[in-house]
Amino acid sequence: MPNAQEIKQRIEAAIPGAQAEVEDWTGGGDHFKATVTAPAFQGRSRIEQHKLVYEVFGAEIGGPIHALSLKTQSPQ
Amino acid sequence: MPDAEPTNQIHDAITQAISEHEVILFMKGTPDAPACGFSARTVAMLQDLGAPFAAVDVLPDPRIREELSAISQWPTIPQLFVKGELVGGCDIVTEMYESGELAQTLGVEDPAESRQNAPLL
Repeated sequence: MPNAQEIKQRIEAAIPGAQAEVEDWTGGGDHFKATVTAPAFQGRSRIEQHKLVYEVFGAEIGGPIHALSLKTQSPQ
Repeated sequence: MPDAEPTNQIHDAITQAISEHEVILFMKGTPDAPACGFSARTVAMLQDLGAPFAAVDVLPDPRIREELSAISQWPTIPQLFVKGELVGGCDIVTEMYESGELAQTLGVEDPAESRQNAPLL
């Protein structure tokens, strides 16, 4: 079962320069909430930004990770 | 491959529904009886803005969700489409609702704005 720390590390490893804050939303290990800041988001729509993060987890979203609530931004 | 044809029919039905309805929400459950908190919140925001929308329940057949995600390249439910384009799921819809962008995208008046402006009129 994934945990918040593992999700954070996977996002940061997969998206260059990304910083992620991840919390286990319900404490149940399947609903997570992440705020991700990455230079790669610059010039991309919200949809594209969220897709970049979802791609890190592929089919795990909707499977072991029931929900990954996202907020994405590029660095100031 | 007896399953190939029904799956393609679902694929075609989804693309047709997206193109035929200006605002369409794919959700778990129905607007009156949402089966997931994220779907419920998305419905509530659309209803708050008074925007008419079509709704499709993805739960009756798992292939609906599979085909939808294949079309949209978006893994989660709900999914809101406006004028044939994916606007987002619950997170993006919430951000847009709060910023007033959702009302703009839907072509309706932002109730928050009209409340603010009301005393001036």
